[in-house]
Amino acid sequence: MDSSKNKQDGLSVSERIEKNKQSNSSTAFVEKLVPKLLLMCATLSVLVTIGILYTLLSETFTFFSEVSVIEFFTSTHWNPWRDSYGILSLISGTLLITVTAMIIAIPLGVASAIFLSEYASDKVRRFLKPILEVLAGIPTVVYGFFALTFVTPMLEKIIPGLSFFNALSAGIVVGIMIVPMVASLTEDAMGAVPNVLREGAMALGATRLETTIKVVIPAALSGIIASFALAISRAIGETMIVAIAAGATPKFSFDPTQSIQTMTGYIVQVSTGDVSYGSTIYYSIYAVGTTLFVFTLIMNLLAQYISRRFREEY
Amino acid sequence: MALINKDTVSNKMSGRILKNKIAKVIFFIATIIGLLFLGALAYRILTQGLGSLDMDFLTGFTSQSPDRAGIKAGVIGSLWLMSVTAPVTLIIGVATAIYLEEYAKRGRFTRFIQINLQNLAGVPSIVFGLLGLTIFVYIFKTGEIVLAGGLTLGLLVLPVIVVAAQESIRSVPNELREASYGMGATKWQTVRRIVLPAAIPGILTGGILALSRAIGETAPLLLVGAATAIFTLPSGIFDPYTAMPIQIYSWTKAPQPEFEYVASAGIIVLLVILLLLNSIAVFIRNKFSKRL
Amino acid sequence: MADTKSSVFNVKDLNLWYGDNQALYDINMDIKENDVTAIIGPSGCGKSTYVKTLNRMVETVPVVKTSGEIEYRGKNIFDKNYLVEDLRTKVGMVFQKPNPFPKSIYENIVYGPKIHGIKDKKTLDQIVEKSLKGAALWDEVKDRLHENAYGLSGGQQQRVCIARCLAIEPDVILMDEPTSALDPISTLKVEELIQELKKDYSIVIVTHNMQQAARISDKTAFFLSGELVEYTDTNTLFSTPSDKRTEDYITGRFG
Repeated sequence: MDSSKNKQDGLSVSERIEKNKQSNSSTAFVEKLVPKLLLMCATLSVLVTIGILYTLLSETFTFFSEVSVIEFFTSTHWNPWRDSYGILSLISGTLLITVTAMIIAIPLGVASAIFLSEYASDKVRRFLKPILEVLAGIPTVVYGFFALTFVTPMLEKIIPGLSFFNALSAGIVVGIMIVPMVASLTEDAMGAVPNVLREGAMALGATRLETTIKVVIPAALSGIIASFALAISRAIGETMIVAIAAGATPKFSFDPTQSIQTMTGYIVQVSTGDVSYGSTIYYSIYAVGTTLFVFTLIMNLLAQYISRRFREEY
Repeated sequence: MALINKDTVSNKMSGRILKNKIAKVIFFIATIIGLLFLGALAYRILTQGLGSLDMDFLTGFTSQSPDRAGIKAGVIGSLWLMSVTAPVTLIIGVATAIYLEEYAKRGRFTRFIQINLQNLAGVPSIVFGLLGLTIFVYIFKTGEIVLAGGLTLGLLVLPVIVVAAQESIRSVPNELREASYGMGATKWQTVRRIVLPAAIPGILTGGILALSRAIGETAPLLLVGAATAIFTLPSGIFDPYTAMPIQIYSWTKAPQPEFEYVASAGIIVLLVILLLLNSIAVFIRNKFSKRL
Repeated sequence: MADTKSSVFNVKDLNLWYGDNQALYDINMDIKENDVTAIIGPSGCGKSTYVKTLNRMVETVPVVKTSGEIEYRGKNIFDKNYLVEDLRTKVGMVFQKPNPFPKSIYENIVYGPKIHGIKDKKTLDQIVEKSLKGAALWDEVKDRLHENAYGLSGGQQQRVCIARCLAIEPDVILMDEPTSALDPISTLKVEELIQELKKDYSIVIVTHNMQQAARISDKTAFFLSGELVEYTDTNTLFSTPSDKRTEDYITGRFG
């Protein structure tokens, strides 16, 4: 190429680059500014956590200046409109939902993961996986509607004496909602087990089932258990399904056929009712929210601890 | 000396193989249950909702009487919410991801932010509602307006966008960065002109999926005061609003049984919009993945 | 050498495809009892595929198709009613990279016997000792049987895998480049072990190392681009190859 063509004002390209560099001090400024702006954005996520903690704790503190802590954690009566605040009834409702959901989600999730990871051909997997993902993308209000108008009437035919709002139907649907999560995390954990281990087992004459149960699952166990912890956390925090289908009658009971109330359900009930800012009932949703937050945080941390502490090395 | 009795081994073989076959069928059925549930849900909602789904439903406000109730306020309200949520969460989320992937040193602080994000992702959405209620509605005294709802949803889906953006930034090959540095480009020039354009399809896909999560959220909006019945449309982000899932929730709770059909029709509208969003995400992913 | 020994494998017109790509062409081969049969050839010649076909491990790749027959002890292993688990119980395999399970040494060895229904603790203990002795590893690990197998060196791990294979008392042992991931000293130990094992087992070993084939095998097969070029006594093959391509390969002109 003829270098003179690139000349303007009698300068070559390299001379012009040099000249631009000297005149353009804004580049250096931008280089210094950008990381600071980005850091500010990254710090925002920490501020959100601080905001959550501050909000929950300060309002909870106010709540406990009006209500006894001991009553809150030991009484089994919850009726804020009559000034009794015993969160054990809400916790038992939450547990009832969580246990029911896990009875559904863990076996179905793990079995689906085993099928997809160990048995299904590529074609079948490519067909089934997106369907499971659709299930995960459905808004919870839709699940709640379905629990109330389809699952409950169906269960009523099987279980006489089932109340219209009940923990069973809501728990089952929460479980179904969580299946994709357990399935995909478990499948990830099983997928991380190297194929040479499967080959090692099958070369000894092991069937698929024996390979899966005795080699793949033990090797993937920490990831699988971590997925259970996350699933439990998700069930504890699930709101709309229980607000719609489980009822609004706090009771310290473990009968799934009855109407109950969960911690999340209570917060929804208060927030959709006429409660004035600054009343004890208003502050009570923060005390319940804090308890809920602590429960889910413990499960999340547990999940992280399990997958970090027992990370398998192959 | 043989320790293994070959005959016993062969005799047990057929039983073990049968067990394997039975297990396969069981695992398959378990996988199918999700599909059956989805089918039942779709069938139920379509048969119940299609009858109520007409132009009047799409263009009407909600009403005391089931045959006149419409979802217009919900659709418009949800769109207004997204007009706040989308820019806020995209800008902050992508900036966080760029910082973590391109600028931050692999130290304690970075790890802290990562773990913090991981934990935020696990916080129940209703707790974000409590956060929004205190911070936006009461401390900043915004009242129960679009801005408060949109920001609350934005914080809720922030971790989703950060993770998606981080993954797609990480998948940009290092050779591209080196080529840019090799020509004397600065760090920000490299990020802005090379890394971000290459990562944009992944970021957009993640962003759309995060928005579709935000559009379907109900609980936090109940707390920050989305109205269940509203008869004017918001004309800006400082107006009161309602949203599609909120309307569906209030119809589900309504005493007249006919509202079941209205709720079904509302669910159809919500799911169609989610389906559209997801198709766009899939379209972007397919269109751009071929180029890379 | 007169072939009075009986055949373990009788391979007839074996063809194999990965999807549309043919990997093996019309292989015919007789593998004799208590022989060490070496399979050599350049990378990608199909030698690994071939040995994995003998216990149908190749079928773990879903797109594989085969034609022809492989008779093991007179029965076609591709027969519909032939149980692949049964085949693999009798035809054991040692892989290229040591692949012990992430369990204790003891658990690794008893995995096979346990799935085959042996639960008696005393028998299992005996099996562990016998197999580890058979794999020349007993003295090195007898005091730490319950430690994780991942704590062993690469060579020891590979011998755990051999012991794991011996534990179900197979008839044939297939070895797919068992020393390619090992250092020279471990390689030597495994080679000595193979010499010991041939008294009781028939061994088919894939190797990319011609010297190794010459050192340890009775018969050698040379594969090239999916074809069996030459298959004869190891001494004959390395001293007076009958095919020009074999000669080129063993004299190092390619591969």
